[in-house]
Amino acid sequence: MACNSSTCQSNSGCYKREEEPISSKSSDSNQQSLCVKCKVNEPVSGTSDDGRFCRECFRSNLYGKFKLAVTSNAMITPSDNLLVAFSGGPSSRVVLQFVHEMQQRAQKNFDASKDRSLPVFGVGVTFIDESAYHSVPSCEIDKAIEDIRSIISNLAPPAKQLHVVPIESVFSLDSLDGRERLKTLVDSVSDATGKEDLLLYLRMLALQKVASENGYNRLVLGLCTSRIACHVITATVKGQGYSLPADIQYVDSRWEIPVVLPLRDCLAQELNMLCHLDGLKTLEFSNVPCSGINGLVSSFVKLLQEENPSRECTIVRTAGKLTPFHFNRIPELNDSNVPLATRRRQKRFNLKPSESISSESFCPLCFSPLSKSDLLSSSNIESCQNYDILDAACCSSCRFQIFPKDPSSMEHFLSVLPQPLLARAQNCSNGNRSSLRKQIQDCLLSESEDET
Amino acid sequence: MEEAVTKPTKKGGGRLCCICNKRRAALKRPKTLEQICRECFYEVFEEEIHRVIVDNQLFKSGERIAIGASGGKDSTVLACVLAELNRRHNYGLDLFLLSVDEGITGYRDDSLETVKRNEVQYGLPLKIVSYKDLYGWTMDEIVKMIGLKNNCTFCGVFRRQALDRGASLLKVDKVATGHNADDIAETVLLNILRGDIARLSRCTSIVTGEDGPIPRCKPFKYTYEKEIVMYAYFKRLDYFSTECIYSPNAYRGFAREFIKDLERIRPRAILDIIKSGEDFRISTSTKMPEQGTCERCGYISSQKWCKACVLLEGLNRGLPKMGIGRSSRGLNNDPKKDKDMKQRNGTKSIENKQCGSLDF
Repeated sequence: MACNSSTCQSNSGCYKREEEPISSKSSDSNQQSLCVKCKVNEPVSGTSDDGRFCRECFRSNLYGKFKLAVTSNAMITPSDNLLVAFSGGPSSRVVLQFVHEMQQRAQKNFDASKDRSLPVFGVGVTFIDESAYHSVPSCEIDKAIEDIRSIISNLAPPAKQLHVVPIESVFSLDSLDGRERLKTLVDSVSDATGKEDLLLYLRMLALQKVASENGYNRLVLGLCTSRIACHVITATVKGQGYSLPADIQYVDSRWEIPVVLPLRDCLAQELNMLCHLDGLKTLEFSNVPCSGINGLVSSFVKLLQEENPSRECTIVRTAGKLTPFHFNRIPELNDSNVPLATRRRQKRFNLKPSESISSESFCPLCFSPLSKSDLLSSSNIESCQNYDILDAACCSSCRFQIFPKDPSSMEHFLSVLPQPLLARAQNCSNGNRSSLRKQIQDCLLSESEDET
Repeated sequence: MEEAVTKPTKKGGGRLCCICNKRRAALKRPKTLEQICRECFYEVFEEEIHRVIVDNQLFKSGERIAIGASGGKDSTVLACVLAELNRRHNYGLDLFLLSVDEGITGYRDDSLETVKRNEVQYGLPLKIVSYKDLYGWTMDEIVKMIGLKNNCTFCGVFRRQALDRGASLLKVDKVATGHNADDIAETVLLNILRGDIARLSRCTSIVTGEDGPIPRCKPFKYTYEKEIVMYAYFKRLDYFSTECIYSPNAYRGFAREFIKDLERIRPRAILDIIKSGEDFRISTSTKMPEQGTCERCGYISSQKWCKACVLLEGLNRGLPKMGIGRSSRGLNNDPKKDKDMKQRNGTKSIENKQCGSLDF
């Protein structure tokens, strides 16, 4: 270990401490125990980087990462209306805080400017209530919602609307029926990991629904480096190597409402630390522990991270070198309302089309882009029956871990699937067939072959 | 999880093999958890490998193929299965066993005895190349000089080259190695964990080094380690199972245990990891190291001198630390490549723990 104290003059390694332990101690420890950035304050202990920063610098460093992600990917423009997905955990608490601070600054600028040409972006918050599946006692959920209300009302103006939505709202019927239906749907999946993943997909569906019904045009998630690192490994383990790059970029606009991940470069430890330092209230549910593949992977990654504090970053950086998809960018802004600087910045940082994969077919369940081999294997399943439409359009991972194995329970599974997913399946399978057909067009002899 | 629907036999007790439905099931197949009999296991095990060989066109009729044989379970089963399939399906191959003698007393000398017995058992001619002949050093001598730390670096680098040299002495067209599905899945994960994008992109190829002197192939790419052990066990194959004395527990890395845990929950995870590895597409803007040849021995190298030459020069000059870790600038002093080199050596120190453990 090199000695980084400036008073040390030895070239070949520092022996000072051993030689004069008492005299050097006072000056040395003073020197070393200052924040590496401002060199004024004492660093806080317990941060991931071993107390290099003082509280203020730690905070501004973290906010800096958030801001860089936002600006360099043009995630937020003045005319936007953001919906923050809030689970109550540290990550979503920090993302809410940072978005709020950014909004406050924009408001300040707006109030100070003469022409008031730049509007302030709007922020809303949503909490998806998953008590329908995870049997959380109703008093606990009511308490949680109460806490969330107080967190949000305690944020300074501009006021933020809160949407508390039960996950069964994806069924778009009255929620009493929906609760039952959700339970039947999830229970019909036998694989433990498949259950968890299906709930995840339904949650995204619910988030999209809230956003779209309430006029939001961006969905902000608090996914941090640590969670993304876990996702990289789980996706690899589930054989989703093709679609993996789609999920781990800053921007994902394959959804109706584009999803942005401004905390992509922040570690979970850092976010926990910030919540602790700033006294940001987080909610803790008596949560069902992850089982199956997801649980195994997250404990594996946690172990690796303990051994080497940069492991999660390395994992995400490695996966970041995989080719992203064409939808991993904010749709080009041609609106003249958008300031030139923003547009220019977006042009510079945004993904170039040549560096991305374009993909037209998606798995109707998890909505991941399908590879050619997925499409080919699905076209082999030749049948006109209803359930095959969905089965054929799915990615191999969903087919394995979510779909019922025997055809008799398939009818039942389909009957409880939410309408949007079914519609997606219908669309996708038609799209898949026609895109396949296009590829083999020149070799087809008769037009009617397709009808058999 | 036990989905295999099997009816009890008339005599009561035991289940019938779910493939032939005649004999009693003797084992649960690790890959699929089907309960099958021994005969059907041999059949599916061998035929799967046959399909892999045919579908990927690993061999052409008339080719000379060397099987990298260490005497361990993977290579012994590979030799046994390839010899059998070559006969059964008329591949028309000339098969050879190729062993590397690292010069480790109490380990390699014993395992080479196993390979020599295999030579007789399968009727395959055996060629042994030794570190002593190729480099002038045995591993015993190297360990005596550098100690037990980093010795795997030397062994790994030298073995790779020794196998190629032995193959060219045998004048073979290809080398088949016993890497199994577990090994490949582990490599995919390790390459993600350590950020080695170049290796990540090629570690799942079933044939590697096609631009090099002698290509290598992995007929066991989709074969589970557990099934290989099972095959060796039931067929009572003669193999050597002691671990290297210089690196005991080398295979008990983090990643290995993780894969075993995964396999327990979901056997298909191993194949899924390989599939992911095959499906990864590396961004075109990512820099890849360029391939060249070593100025000293002519072996493929991305540096001025290949790794083996750097290590060997260090040994011969009495500077064994040369070529290990970041401090090794001694020989490849090309200023243009200096930066590149620094980075490379940084990753090397991890990757050279090539016995599978992840070096933290």
